[in-house]
Amino acid sequence: MASLITCPHCGVRPKEEFAIRGDASLVRPVPTASDEAWHDYVYVRANPRGRTLEHWQHVAGCRRFLVVDRDTFTHEVHSVTDGAVFARENGR
Amino acid sequence: MRYSAFSIVKNALSGNLKWKPQWRQAEPKSHYDVIIIGGGGHGLAAAYYLAKEFGVKNVAVLEKGYLGSGNVGRNTTIVRSNYMLPGNEPFYEFSMKLWEGLERELNYNVMLSQRGVIMLYHSDGQRDAYIRRGNAMWMEGVAAELIERDQLKKMIPFLNYDHARYPILGGLLQRRAGTARHDAVAWGYARGADRHGVDIIEHCEVTAIRRESGVVTGVETTKGFIGCGKLALAAAGNTSRVGEMAELKLPIESHVLQAFVTEALKPCIDHVIVYGGGHFYISQSDKGGLVFGAEIDGYTSYAQRGNLATAEHVMEEGVTMIPGLSRVRVLRSWAGVMDMSMDGSPIIDRTPIDNLYLNCGWCYGGFKATPASGYCFAHLIAKNDTHPVARALRLDRFARGYAVDEAGAGPQPNLH
Repeated sequence: MASLITCPHCGVRPKEEFAIRGDASLVRPVPTASDEAWHDYVYVRANPRGRTLEHWQHVAGCRRFLVVDRDTFTHEVHSVTDGAVFARENGR
Repeated sequence: MRYSAFSIVKNALSGNLKWKPQWRQAEPKSHYDVIIIGGGGHGLAAAYYLAKEFGVKNVAVLEKGYLGSGNVGRNTTIVRSNYMLPGNEPFYEFSMKLWEGLERELNYNVMLSQRGVIMLYHSDGQRDAYIRRGNAMWMEGVAAELIERDQLKKMIPFLNYDHARYPILGGLLQRRAGTARHDAVAWGYARGADRHGVDIIEHCEVTAIRRESGVVTGVETTKGFIGCGKLALAAAGNTSRVGEMAELKLPIESHVLQAFVTEALKPCIDHVIVYGGGHFYISQSDKGGLVFGAEIDGYTSYAQRGNLATAEHVMEEGVTMIPGLSRVRVLRSWAGVMDMSMDGSPIIDRTPIDNLYLNCGWCYGGFKATPASGYCFAHLIAKNDTHPVARALRLDRFARGYAVDEAGAGPQPNLH
């Protein structure tokens, strides 16, 4: 259940400690990218029914941004990664 | 069969055994002029107005479950038009006017109850914002009243006026707003559409959209292939999934919104009351149960069930506003899956595919919008032209920089 999130730094915490920023699979375009690329980045979402990557910030804990791999139908959490580690591993 | 006092007496004398079903159990034909995906309030209303107002008779509504199994059966039944932005206010007021004539229009008791919606304010800044909203409503010809604290205390004595952090200072009242019986709205539109020849096909899930040289030619369903001239999507909650079948990229996230109902009490809450200190709204149903809800759960979800932590938060807000609520037992809760759009406002528009039409992104506003949404969507499908009151609700408004951001929260669906 997404009621509890296992923060890699703070352990198991209730979801109320987190602020949810949404889709983490988006890659920010370069400043000179086309209007269409920026429009897609700001407004368009894949919105899958199933596994998705999301940014959750642990605002009432370590304040780190985390990437949560979660199922939007079963609410199961598959993994929680520190945002910086996720960015390094994904070459961002 | 037309309902009347005479039909009630006649059926009573024959033991109430001769009532007819309200709509036919239709089986799909091989081709329709218009297919509407989604047999919720909006899909059924669109079908009704298409057949009645715009003369398009060969119409089918495809519903994957049974009528009333989606959001039209999962809401808090509130009807209002106290919006602020120019793109929203005329649209919701158009809807309010349709609500006021709906029972006569449909020959169906939708139990519209114009008991008044009052939004409470708790600070000077919030009062000023509500004055502004009230003025914006007056400018569109919609009556609004600012109720001061003393007057409010007489109207609604049981609120917690002296809460240290959120003292109630007054409220903005729209007297014409209120509630309607949600199931009856679906059934009434279904019956009306059926009487005008629309095929309502339940338990028929669309699995793919078939296209030839860029044009939609029909849909694959669990009841086989059905051809169509025009295809209309009204599948709120699952719009992204249906849109994906036609490779549409949409500014939508799906979120769950929970609602609750308590055991039945004697009449005690006369209005719909909205708590501005957090975001909580409550009314009393005609059966006596208190019906209430608050904000969405915060994360994207397709599960038609909520999160207990959010339920607890809703109860906290309710008890903060009405301390006496703490002694009432909650009977049941439910959650609806909604399209949260990127500016909190709906989308009624054509898509880049010529004969594919889109009705989505209703966020919290879906139920109160049902009649106007159906009417404007039918107008769009029949005439290929946007209805004047839905002009601000176009799909390309984000790209053009004309978002209708009522809450001022920016492109963050979980904040609307």
